[in-house]
Parts: sequence; C-alpha cells; structure tokens
Amino acid sequence: MAVTLTENAAAHVKRHLARRGKGVGLRVGVRTSGCSGLAYRLEYADAVNPDDLEFESHGVKVVVDAKSLPYLDGTELDYAREGLNEGFRFRNPNVKDQCGCGESFNV
Amino acid sequence: MALLQIAEPEAASGPREPRRAVGIDLGTTNSLVATVCDGVPRALPDEEGRVLLPSIVRYLPGGGVQVGYEAQAHQGDDPKNTIASVKRLMGRGLKDVARSGNAPYDFVDAPGMVQLRTVAGVKSPVEVSAEILRVLRLRAERALGGPLAGAVVTVPAYFDDAQRQATRDAARLAGLEVLRLLNEPTAAAVAYGLENAAEGVYAVFDLGGGTFDFSVLRLARGVFEVLATAGDAALGGDDFDLRIARWALAQAGLGEPAAKDARRLVLAARAAKERLAQQDETPLVCELADGRRLERVLSRATFERLTADLVDRTLAPVARALRDAGLSPADVKGVVMVGGATRMRHVQRAVAEFFGRAPLNDLDPDQVVALGAAMQANVLAGNRPAGEDWLLLDVIPLSLGIETMGGLVERIIPRNSAIPTARAQEFTTFKDGQTAMSIHVVQGERELVADCRSLARFELRGIPPMPAGAARVRVTFQVDADGLLSVSAREKSSGVEASVAVKPSYGLTESDIERMLRDSVEHAREDAQARALAEARVEGERLAAAVRAAIAADGALLAADERAELERLLAHLDAALPGADTAAIRRAADALNRASEPFAARRMDAAVRRALAGRSLADLDV
Repeated sequence: MAVTLTENAAAHVKRHLARRGKGVGLRVGVRTSGCSGLAYRLEYADAVNPDDLEFESHGVKVVVDAKSLPYLDGTELDYAREGLNEGFRFRNPNVKDQCGCGESFNV
Repeated sequence: MALLQIAEPEAASGPREPRRAVGIDLGTTNSLVATVCDGVPRALPDEEGRVLLPSIVRYLPGGGVQVGYEAQAHQGDDPKNTIASVKRLMGRGLKDVARSGNAPYDFVDAPGMVQLRTVAGVKSPVEVSAEILRVLRLRAERALGGPLAGAVVTVPAYFDDAQRQATRDAARLAGLEVLRLLNEPTAAAVAYGLENAAEGVYAVFDLGGGTFDFSVLRLARGVFEVLATAGDAALGGDDFDLRIARWALAQAGLGEPAAKDARRLVLAARAAKERLAQQDETPLVCELADGRRLERVLSRATFERLTADLVDRTLAPVARALRDAGLSPADVKGVVMVGGATRMRHVQRAVAEFFGRAPLNDLDPDQVVALGAAMQANVLAGNRPAGEDWLLLDVIPLSLGIETMGGLVERIIPRNSAIPTARAQEFTTFKDGQTAMSIHVVQGERELVADCRSLARFELRGIPPMPAGAARVRVTFQVDADGLLSVSAREKSSGVEASVAVKPSYGLTESDIERMLRDSVEHAREDAQARALAEARVEGERLAAAVRAAIAADGALLAADERAELERLLAHLDAALPGADTAAIRRAADALNRASEPFAARRMDAAVRRALAGRSLADLDV
C-alpha cells in the first residue's frame, strides 16, 4: 500500500513547501465530484490526523486519509508540463475511466 | 488528463466557520432579508419581530432618512419626500415613468434614469433602493453577529439589463457584495426545492401588494430557464382592499371620505381581508375622523363576489404566458404561489381550477422569494453541506465553439447550457500528413467565425502523419462554476495534448451579449446561406485534392480520354470554387465525383490485387 512521487514531483513539492514556509508534507485524497464521480484532492498537509497514513517518497512526506487510500493505492504522482500549463499528474492504476476533462474519474 | 496544483488545505480539521450570506427580496411593496441557519432558511425579523419592511423611504430636511413603517406613516402628510414603489422607477427614464401615471413625486429628467427631487436633494431610484437595502443589511448583520460575505438579490424575471444593473448598483451602494441577481420566480421555485424535483415545466403565480407577475419556468438538469412571463403592473392585494373599503362606504351610505379616513378605512379593510383567509365572516370596524363609527360584518362569500373580476383579471396574463411558451395548463407540473395576496381562498381556488391541480402554498407566500434567495446565497458563499449537489442556476449567455474549415463555427457548448459543464467533440485532419491543428475558440451565435468573438487560439502539434480524416482529435470544452472556460485538445492515437484557459465573459457587457444574440436572429438566413457556401467550398476542395492525388498515384489506370475528362471537370470545379454560387460549386463537384467513380472502383480493385498478389488463400485470414 503506497502512494509515491516521482523524483521530479518530489522536487517541486519541496520547492512549493519551502516557498509557503510551513507544512509537514503533501496531502493526497479523493472527494466525490465531477462528471465521473471522484476527483483528486491535492493540498499541503499542515498536520497528520489519527486516521491518516504516511508515506515517504524522495524525502517528501505524503499523507493520505484512510478512506481515500483504496482509491489511490499504487498511484504515482508526476510533475508535467503541457504547453502553457504545468502541474501534478496522477498515475492511478485503479482508474477505470475518466471524464473528458480528466478532472474526475471512476474506479 | 488535467494537471493539478497543490491547494491550501480546506480547514480539513474542524468545520469551517460558515460564511454569512443572505437572500434579499427587494419588493415593490415590501422587502425582506433571509438567511440559512443550520440548514434551514429563515426570514430575519427587525427588533420588533416584524419580518416585512415596507419598501418606502422618507427623506427629512437636514439629511435624515426614515425607512419602512416609519416612512409609511408619513405617506399621507409628506408625499413628495416619501418614496414608495421605487422599484417601478429602477433603470427607467422619465419617458417610461411618465407613461405609467400619476406618482406624486417631483421627477427630474436625467440621462439614463429618472431622478426625484426631495427635501434632501435630488435622489436617484438607485439611492432610494440602497436605503432599503442598507436597513436590511444592518438587520442581518445584527442578527448574524458580523459583516456579511454577500447577498443574493432577487429581481423580476422580466427586468432588463438597465433594471438589473440599477439593482446591482443599489446593493453595492448599500454596502452589500452581490453574489448574484436571481430571478424572483426562480428563487420561489428554489425555496420549494423544485430544482431537485422532476424535470419539467413549473409556473410561479406572484400576486403582491401592487403587482401581479406570472412566470413559466422550465427545469432541466437542475437549471431553471424562464420560458415566458406576463403580468399586470397595476393589479395586487391593494385593489382587493379598495373594493372592501368602497363596499363599506356604500353600505353605510357615505360618499368619498377625506384622505385620512380613506387611509384608515383601507387599513381596516386589509385587516378584514386577511382574517377572511381563515374565517368565514369578520367584523369590519373603522372610526372616522368626525367620531362616527363604521361597523359592518363582511362574509367571505360577499368578499369573493366583490372581487371576482379581480381574480379573473389574473387569469388573462396566465393564459397569455402559457400561449407564449406554447404550453397548455396540463403541461405545468406545479404552480408556486408567491405574494401575500395569494392567501385569499378564491385566488387559490381559481389557480387550482385553471391548472387542474392544487398550487404549492405551504411556505409563507410573503417570504418564499427571500427564502429561495437565501438558499442560493448559502450555496454561493460556499456553505454547501458535504454531499449535497451543487445548485446549478447559471447558464452560458452565448454559445462556445471552435472554427472549422471554411471559417465556420462548430458549436460545442450551446448557449443557455448550465455551468459547470464539460463537452467534448471529435475532429479530424483535413489534409494528408497534417501534423498540427490550429484551434480557434470563439463565442457567439453566428454561423461564421468572422461574425463571432474570438476568445483564444492555440495549436496542437505532434500529430503523427496520417491520411486526411484518420486522426482523431478530441476537443474538450470545460466551463467551471465561475464561467471560466478551459479548452483542451488531444490526439487519441498519439496522446499529444494542448490546452488553453480563457474567461469567456471577460470584457463582454450584457449589452454586447444582447447585441450578439440579436444579430444572430437577424442574420439567421444569410448565415445559413454563407454556411452552405463555405461547406460547398470545403467539400469541393477536398474532392479536387483527392482526385488529383489519385491521378498522381494511379494515373496509369486511366485511358487518355478519361483522364482528359477528369482534368476538364477539375478545371471546371477550380473555376467555380472562388465564386459565391453555392449551387454551381455543388454541380461542378457532383459532376467530378460521378466521373471519377469508375476510376475509384478501378483503383480499389488494383489495390486489392496488389494486396493479394503472391499470397495463397491459406495466408488470408478470412
């Protein structure tokens, strides 16, 4: 059971956290929304809650709440650049299909 | 798929302090403010427990202002400085106002909107309305214990852009952040939770103190669209009071009373009318200025007979609105009753008979609009309870699409689509070996790109070389709840992607939108012709290119005279293409197409022979 970051993604998270000046790591989760049911949550983690699981990846602490983990297990986060945009991309092996926009997905 | 950014944590630990947001019904006769507490919408009372605030403002010498009941008390003795029904003046010019009759005010002509001369100076209707809104804002801040995050203010569905803008300005002047202006009938429907009901047509019957409005709404995918409105700007509960007062005077054998008596009598009549909603008969008592006492018993039957024609008058606009919408009473799935005057039994009965179903009337008809506005404000302020669906009430004002070959617009999201929304459509390449595609995002209702507004351009590069028409490029338009559009394109076989984000309504004023809509209607016919021409050209060019490519590749299959005939028809089509004669282009293309058919068949046979050459039947997977 794990959620991991690529080296590139980890470097970006570290940079973002340093610029923000606080936070213990990166919180990854899912919430219900969007056209296909679930959407990713990607936030700074300021604290680790009792029902959270922690993973260490290239020196970054990744925090996932227990409820989200089944949807995210095995996910690797990458940092990518596409034309004008850059940001984090979820490589989630659990996804069955996703909506056209990619904001939401189904497992 | 989308690229995500790291967000600030949403106060994940511990519930967030709800943001205080209110809904305000700024009415012609009365106004009120409501908010959602613990998930329940509630109207907020003043210090004396009264929920309604008469929409009356009195200006005093020296700059003081009275609003509501205080101002109402002086309507009789200080009419020039006591402004009632200011809503009728919002966004109106002097000409519009003069037509509507004999208000006792000193009107001042001003560019855009009429103004009023009072003892405290010249005031615009916006300023007068702002006084009412300010009182409601202070009431809400006191009740909620702090400044407001924002307000949803309701307006009649028929309000035009100027009237809506004036309402928005008034709210801003009163120190309110306007989250949204909401149509009154929509607010009433929201209060009844109809946005969660079955899709279909609903009606809102709004009989207020001095105005009657009837609206037909269509609910589709959680969004209300106003199909038709009709009404009577001079029909309301006050007319029923006057009938009772006149009847009482006639019964007592009195003539026209003095102004003060008339006012007292009307108040007594109103109280009697309100009691008759519950009782079969009620005493009507009024002391006149000269000490005489007028005392009568009014039965509900008498009251209903006196006012039957007023009730009938409401049904004419109802029928008209339904006719405008192309509907019959049986098509309406529910009728929402709004306005205190709909408490009257015979009004309820008339509506029930007309529609063949009991109207929705279990919410307080005086409050229902404000309650719906409060519910909407609560959602917009971000206090949506977990798991509850987003309330979709906003729509895209103009269609969004992309440019296709020939300068044509392919609409991807049609206007009036509810946001947030996402739609995708597949496009393909036009030329063999095309490796890039330019995507031009446009907004508008016209058929040609040149007549629409250009929003953004971007390029999708790195498409692997393929024959024309083989690439599959999926273009996705996504509009979020704030109207922000992002467009992405993805070639399916290679996975190359490109995207751009634009704000479609940025820089577009309501009048721009209106003009663009008007243009689209006015030019529908010539647009269709232009589209047909452009399509014929694109089709003709594609055919010419294909025939030339075929001749270049398999010219050996053609006899000399066949080849000459094809060349002749190609030249003929080339000559027709730049012209504006759609039919001539079509004819030339058809002729070429027919003449090249045998050639195409021969090429096909040759290709099959080549593919099969040197292979035994066993090798073929048939």
